[in-house]
Formats: sequence, C-alpha cells, structure tokens
Amino acid sequence: MARAISPRRQLVFTVIGWLAGFLVFFPILWTFLTSFKSEGDAIASPPLLFFHWTLENYIEVQARSDYFRHFGNSVVIAFGSTLLGLLIAIPAAWAMAFAPTPRTKDVLMWMLSTKMMPPVGVLVPIYLVFRDWGLLDTRLGLTGLMTLVDLPLIVWMLYTYFKEIPDDILEAARMDGAPLAKEILHVLAPMALPGIASTLLLNVILAWNEAFWTLNLSAANASPLTAFIASYSSPEGLFWAKLSAASTLAIAPILVLGWFSQKRLVRGLTFGAVK
Amino acid sequence: MGSITLEGVRKTFGEVAVIPGIDLDIADGEFVVFVGPSGCGKSTLLRLIAGLEDVTSGHIRIDGAEATALPPAKRGLAMVFQSYALYPHMTVRGNIGFPLKMAGENRETIERKVRQAADVLNLTPYLDRKPRMLSGGQRQRVAIGRAIVRAPKAFLFDEPLSNLDAALRVNMRLEITELHQTLQTTMIYVTHDQVEAMTMADKIVVLNAGRIEQVGSPLDLYRAPANRFVAGFIGSPRMNFFEGEAAVKRGAAAIGVRPEHINVSRDAGEWPGTVGVAEHLGSDTFLHVALEGVGQVTVRVEGEAGLRHGDVAYLTPDPLRVHRFDAAGKAL
Repeated sequence: MARAISPRRQLVFTVIGWLAGFLVFFPILWTFLTSFKSEGDAIASPPLLFFHWTLENYIEVQARSDYFRHFGNSVVIAFGSTLLGLLIAIPAAWAMAFAPTPRTKDVLMWMLSTKMMPPVGVLVPIYLVFRDWGLLDTRLGLTGLMTLVDLPLIVWMLYTYFKEIPDDILEAARMDGAPLAKEILHVLAPMALPGIASTLLLNVILAWNEAFWTLNLSAANASPLTAFIASYSSPEGLFWAKLSAASTLAIAPILVLGWFSQKRLVRGLTFGAVK
Repeated sequence: MGSITLEGVRKTFGEVAVIPGIDLDIADGEFVVFVGPSGCGKSTLLRLIAGLEDVTSGHIRIDGAEATALPPAKRGLAMVFQSYALYPHMTVRGNIGFPLKMAGENRETIERKVRQAADVLNLTPYLDRKPRMLSGGQRQRVAIGRAIVRAPKAFLFDEPLSNLDAALRVNMRLEITELHQTLQTTMIYVTHDQVEAMTMADKIVVLNAGRIEQVGSPLDLYRAPANRFVAGFIGSPRMNFFEGEAAVKRGAAAIGVRPEHINVSRDAGEWPGTVGVAEHLGSDTFLHVALEGVGQVTVRVEGEAGLRHGDVAYLTPDPLRVHRFDAAGKAL
C-alpha cells in the first residue's frame, strides 16, 4: 500500500519544492531582469523591482562585440566536438559493452580518471602544442580539444546505455546474417537512440558552457560565447547591465534547446535507473 | 540438408573447462534435445554450434563442411532465444523480414515470404504491431517466424518455452513438434525440462558437467539408463534409489526403481513403511512413503490410492523393472 500523505504535508512539501526551485532559478531571473535595466538602475541599492525597461544594453553589446560571430563559434565548437566525439565513442562503447576483455573496467576507470585532474595542470603543455601546431585561436583547434575533453564522458554514457541492451538481441542480429556495421546501424543504434540523443544534448550543453579552455586558447577569431561574456566582466568598470545582457544572450540558445528536449534529457539521464 | 558433426569440441573459459570434449553426430532432419541441469553446458554447446562462442579446440562440421571458424551468419543456422530477442523497434513484419533483408532479398520476395511465415504461425493480423504489443506466446511465434523465413539448414532453440506459462508451454511444444513434422528440418533444442525432452525428441542428449552422459531415444533412456545420473534425471517423478541390503540382495551397489514400478499393498510386501504426504492428481496418486532405514520413497498409484497419511503400506518393486548400478553409478 502506498503511504498516505496528508494534504497539509503535501502543501508543506509543495511550498518547499517551489522555494527550492525559485532559489535555483533566481540568479537567472535576476540576470535577465538586470539586462533590461540602465547601468544606473542595475547598481541601485536596494535593488529596484520596478524600473524603466530598455533594450540599449542589447544594442550596445551587439555593436561592441559581434554576438552572432561568437554564437557561430559556439555552435561549431559545441556541436562539432559532440558529433566527432559520438563518431569515435559509439564503436568504442560498443566494444566495451559487448566484447569486453578482463581489462575493460580498468580502461573505463582510466578514462574517467583523466577527468579528475584539474585542466589547469596541463594548460602549459597544451598551450605549447597549440602554439607550435598553429591551432591557437582556431575553431579547428578548439573543436578538437573539446572532443578530447568530453570523450571520456561520452564513452561512459554510451557504455551505460549500451549495457542496457540485451546481448541476445545483438546475437539474434548476428544469427540473422547482419555483419557488424549493419548490426550497429539497424539494431543497436535505433535501440540506443534515447541514450545517444541525451548524450548528444548533455555534451552540447557542457561544450557550450565550457570556459576554461576556450578562454585560454582563443582570442578574436574563434572565441565562443563564454569569451563574449567574459569580455564584459572587467575589474575597471561597472557594466552589470551589459554583462547581464551578454549572459542572457549566451545562455538563451542552450536554454531553448534544453527546454524543448527536457523530456528526452531527463529520460536519458535516468535511463536504466528505473528499469 | 542439415547434418551437424561435433568432433572433440572443447570450450574453456579461463581455467574452467565448461565442455571438456564432446563428440556427437546429428543426422539431417533429426529433432535432438540437449537436456541437463542448469550449468551443465547445454546452452554453451548450442552457442558453439551457432558460432556465437568460439570453440577452444575441436571441429564443427555442418553438412560435412568445416564450419568451426565461420561467423554465425555464414553457418546457415537459425536460432530462437529464450528471451525471444525480438527487435523492439521493428514491427512483426520487420522482425520476420530482417534475415531476408540482410540476405539482400528484394522487397516483393521479402513480403511474400513474411506473409507465408505469418500464415503458418497465425501471425497475419499482427504484422504491423510492435513486439511490446504482443503476448508471450505471440512473441515466441514471431521469433520462430524469423527463424523459418530463410529456410535454414537447422534450427537451434535455446530454452524457448521457459518464459511461457504452463498451459501455453504445452501448446507451443505441440506447435514446434508439428513444425518439425512439416519442415523436416534438423532441430536442436536445449531445455532443462525432461518432460519437453521426452515428448519432443527423436534423440535426447543428456549432459552433465559438460559431458555427455547418454545419447538415445526417449524410451531408450527411460528403459535403459546408462548410469544413475540419467536414471535420476529422466522420468517424473524421479526414480527412487536404494543402497544397502536391498541392493546387495540383487548383486549391486545400488538399485533404482521408478515410482510407477512399485506395487503397494496394505498387507504384505518387501518393504514396510508409513505413508506420509499423498498427492492426489485424479488420474494418479503420488504417495510419499517413509521406509525405515531407507528414507523417503515415491510411489505412483493409478487412480485413487485409498491410503492416507499415517497408514502402513508394504512396497514391492517390479522385479523386471529394477535398475542395478555398480559403486561408480554405472548401470549393470
């Protein structure tokens, strides 16, 4: 029997839930509101709840640092690195899930361990490699690096999803005469589609928001939206409103993407947990 | 044609020899059942024949041709899995047609053959459904349909009925036997259920710990088991074994008598005992009788036994149906 929950209890939990949700959402709301204030209103203390709405920050931000160029760079780097990562990770995860060796677990752990090292630890060598290979401030360099940075996570996620698919079904495909490529194309990929989709989405989001490497390795040409925001966070002056406008512009695309894919994303992230 | 020959087939996983070495001939058109307790290597043996596992040493020949190193797809065999292993994202039509699609058949041929198979298996109304919308029995039929469409040299069944409920299992058992009569194609069927083995097989292969204990027709195994393991495994309820005086008297280390070959009397007989539980099945009664110094003995009596819990009963084995075994368990 399900536990009976009294209406009062339910009310308390509902209120707590909404409060927690609001707390998490508050900074985004604040940034959004500030982006429509004048610089003067933005620093007013106590903060103004009612103010004169203006679009001047957006206009100035676009005029001062071309938003769409950064947006384009972000799209190329985030989607490019994720697609490249998937291309490499699908066969890798297949091998680990369906043809494991005694060392497979170790390889997976080793891959994950690379994520435990602070990136700044390898900044100098990577910077030197980029400089010598002429990759500094190029989309190619950043896309390649992001692919490598995200690859362990992509392989891990896909491995987890692939493990959920019964071996029997792939063996049936083999008995039915499917060579490896067709087995992956006709049977594995369609069955793992929710998993592949959520891996793709999560990685696009991570790569979109990645700031450390993109800030350090790009300047004018290849800098994505993270660098675009950072350029408004300056110690010399107070540009809160413009910073907020830049931030809103930078997170808007990924927010929209997340909004439309949230069902799939949540299902993908909890896939296997409830089965 | 679909004769299969195993020669010294051996399979080890690391240090463990799951199958220490097996020789077996399966003739074209034969219905062979591999039976044995769980972990006896019967499924592994089937997977070796299918090519889903590689043999460690030995040879597998299909129709006389060396097949040991062939990938599963090239062996011309079809398999039905315990879990059905249907493709969940495809319709019934897609599932049954998949092997044909992989074989590169054209669209019309695929449709025609899928329809034929669906017809045979009563699946025509469900062709456009996804597997999750089907019952267990229907799913198993789809799995069989997928196996028959491309006319394989032999069918491999890996415990195909264990996920079905009892009534359905009996039906599917008949359907598979019927299918074998119609197609006359070699079938290898793995089960742990000796009733399935007895009712379906032309030839039963009893496996234990990766070794073949005995090969023979169902009645051969029932009448003349080669050893205590086969004697105990084939037949339901299980054969009763006696050691000590009763065995020595008959010149053996142990004797075995099937429950249906023991005569029960209220007045006189070889072994006096007390009736414990009596299981009434209507057509038969199974009496569990406690014999002093021997233990529990199961007796099968036709119809109503008229004996109750606590009654004294005298048991006498049918002298012609007593199986004698030596100290190593081999039949004498």
